[in-house]
Amino acid sequence: MAQEDTNVIDQPEVLRHKMVTIEISGKKYEVPEGITVIKALWHTGQEVVRGAGCLGGFCGACATYYRTKDDPKVRTCLACQMAVEDGMSFTIMPPFPARKALYDIQSLKDPKQDLFNLYPEAPLCRNCNACTEACPQKIDVREGVWKAVFGDFKSVSEMFMDCVMCGMCTPVCIADIAPNLVALYVSRAQGAHFTEKPQGLDIRIKEIQDGRFNDEWSKVLAMNEQELADHCATVK
Amino acid sequence: MDIHALQQIVHQTRDARRKQTIPKFSPADRDQLIHKYHPDYRASAYRPIRFGPNADDKTVVELAALLEGDSSIPEQIDLTPQYTTDVLVIGGGGAGCAAALHAHATGAKVILATKLRLGDSNSVMAQGGMQISVAPEDSPVTHFLDTLKGGHMQNDHDLLKVMVEEGPSIAKWLIELGVLFDRQADGNLHVKKGGGSSKPRLLTCSDYTGLEIMRVLKDEVLNQKIQLLEFCAAVELLSDDNGQCTGAIFKDLDNHRHVVVAAKSVILATGGIGRLHIQGFPTSNHYGATGDGLCLSYRMGAKLDHIDTFQYHPSGAVYPEQLIGALVTEGIRSEGGHLVNAKGERFVNELDTRDVVSSSIIRECEEGRGIRTMSGRIGVWLDTPLLDAEHGPGTVEKHFPAMMMQFERFGIDISKDPVLIYPTLHYQNGGVKIDANSETNVKNLFVAGEASGGLHGRNRLMGNSLLDLMVFGKRSGLTAASRAGSMPQGKLTLNHLQRFRADAKKHGNSSGVISPMILPAYTRREPERTATK
Repeated sequence: MAQEDTNVIDQPEVLRHKMVTIEISGKKYEVPEGITVIKALWHTGQEVVRGAGCLGGFCGACATYYRTKDDPKVRTCLACQMAVEDGMSFTIMPPFPARKALYDIQSLKDPKQDLFNLYPEAPLCRNCNACTEACPQKIDVREGVWKAVFGDFKSVSEMFMDCVMCGMCTPVCIADIAPNLVALYVSRAQGAHFTEKPQGLDIRIKEIQDGRFNDEWSKVLAMNEQELADHCATVK
Repeated sequence: MDIHALQQIVHQTRDARRKQTIPKFSPADRDQLIHKYHPDYRASAYRPIRFGPNADDKTVVELAALLEGDSSIPEQIDLTPQYTTDVLVIGGGGAGCAAALHAHATGAKVILATKLRLGDSNSVMAQGGMQISVAPEDSPVTHFLDTLKGGHMQNDHDLLKVMVEEGPSIAKWLIELGVLFDRQADGNLHVKKGGGSSKPRLLTCSDYTGLEIMRVLKDEVLNQKIQLLEFCAAVELLSDDNGQCTGAIFKDLDNHRHVVVAAKSVILATGGIGRLHIQGFPTSNHYGATGDGLCLSYRMGAKLDHIDTFQYHPSGAVYPEQLIGALVTEGIRSEGGHLVNAKGERFVNELDTRDVVSSSIIRECEEGRGIRTMSGRIGVWLDTPLLDAEHGPGTVEKHFPAMMMQFERFGIDISKDPVLIYPTLHYQNGGVKIDANSETNVKNLFVAGEASGGLHGRNRLMGNSLLDLMVFGKRSGLTAASRAGSMPQGKLTLNHLQRFRADAKKHGNSSGVISPMILPAYTRREPERTATK
């Protein structure tokens, strides 16, 4: 079918299907080129319980260290979002025992000051930038830690909206800061304490409590199937 | 052909398409389209369930086999509980966290068990937003009607009324916990228009709505010191002599031991079924979406509702290979992105309901107007660069950072080039039948979130799932907790399992599979061997 032939996307990995050699936790395996790191684990017969979550790049369960052929630089990725290539070497990051501070977000009196009680290590950043380099989401983590310390909670909350809490910024920190946890605290404080309360929302809640929609409800709920279908069709 | 050459038609036809309006289908045309092309109507994919509460009802073969499946638990097993609690929540996604937090807030003792980590769920991936009628020109009644229309009028009215009316107070709760919803200049909540909705009603946190909500809820569960059993998969429920639910048995996935938990009430918040890959579809769902809650409650005698209908999200990625099944958020279409076939034509109103849009994409592909990939996939274009053309450069990057990054990793800039999409298995429309307090017909067994059924009818409207999780998570948590004070812990037995096994035997034994599935079998057991000559 000629029409269809012109409508086919070239895929080099399909055209020239080949196996590549990779290293998983130091052990060599042959896997098809271009599959994701997590699929490479399955392909080589490994059971994955810890190390897989949403499989869509949102949950941070599959934080992975990897190195490409002949490159000394160890990089980070999410295993579900990274394709394997020949000579690649990788290991899934084990859960890292970072300390999470416990707090009651609503009852904080001075959240910007409380940061230093909850995470006293936060201002000890030595600017090495390792956290930023470790972030698979490309967040400027180091900058975020400094902004948190200087009380610019709004910027931190915006910068860390991409954070999947994989925690790869944590083991590299020479000051033992867990930047993702600091940013989570800061973002929650920003939302709970420093963001304007939406007035329209309170009005709507009150309208519902006061029964403003009761007449409309009784009308709608009294309709038979056909009347309701007809009524739905009028909603534009 | 080179992908860029094929994409040219999308660029060339963009300006002409922008002037076009595509009307929505009439109800009759829409029904005809769905019956012809929607996977829910592929009769060969379905069979009747042989026994149990939904005997003779049809569902997809993959699910029927699991529902009829046998338990991994032998009848003689020590049921001495390792843990005892008022409320046992099974599942660590949105509904589970909401249930645990609300139950805990009343002073009840709560245990939250989940087979992966706290928060591992579909909830974390929800990009489109959360429907709540906060805009002045909107109302809960309009939300109700839109949802009903989207659900083909099959929604449970009581559940739906409860959800739309409690929405605004849920938004308030989340804001108080620190969730950063997008705002308008005046500080009010920004609302976006979603497919199938007559009014802009989607609350968003850019395209990270689910992630933002889940980061906060997970953190709150930890702050409240709610007891967690992570990497513990529920494998059987427990019942007393009256058939009421009294706890559950778990398999600890780290050491493979059984863990017995006695509970006055159990809340199943186990999510969906995408990883069953119904009809061979790829899925947008998380690793653990294997329908465990359906099997567990079915064996207990809980009735399922709308278990024959699934949602195929219109825009699952088809290219590159690594992203197959991954979702391209509906938000792109909400902001005006066109669906374009191989001839450069639009073929559906992009903001029609998901079942309609998916059916029309399948139609285009089956009628030869799709674009094929060499690995045997097929799809149509989603014109993402149109958003920058329409709303100014940088729009895609600003509004869809998650999407941008996902494709950028594979060298694709979606603000410059359209993406190839095809429907992907996304959501279980039905589930365990519940009442307005989220309880099933089995006393003290609650089901909340995607695992439950009735609320969404035969097609869930975009943005209603996040709200469903929060509302019914809350109601199940509060109801379960309120009973704890006046109710003794019931006996722990497997009487229901004996009944189920007897029933299976009467109908020619179980399907031969062990359920729940817990995790999909992606691990390759043996490499292919080539025979030596």
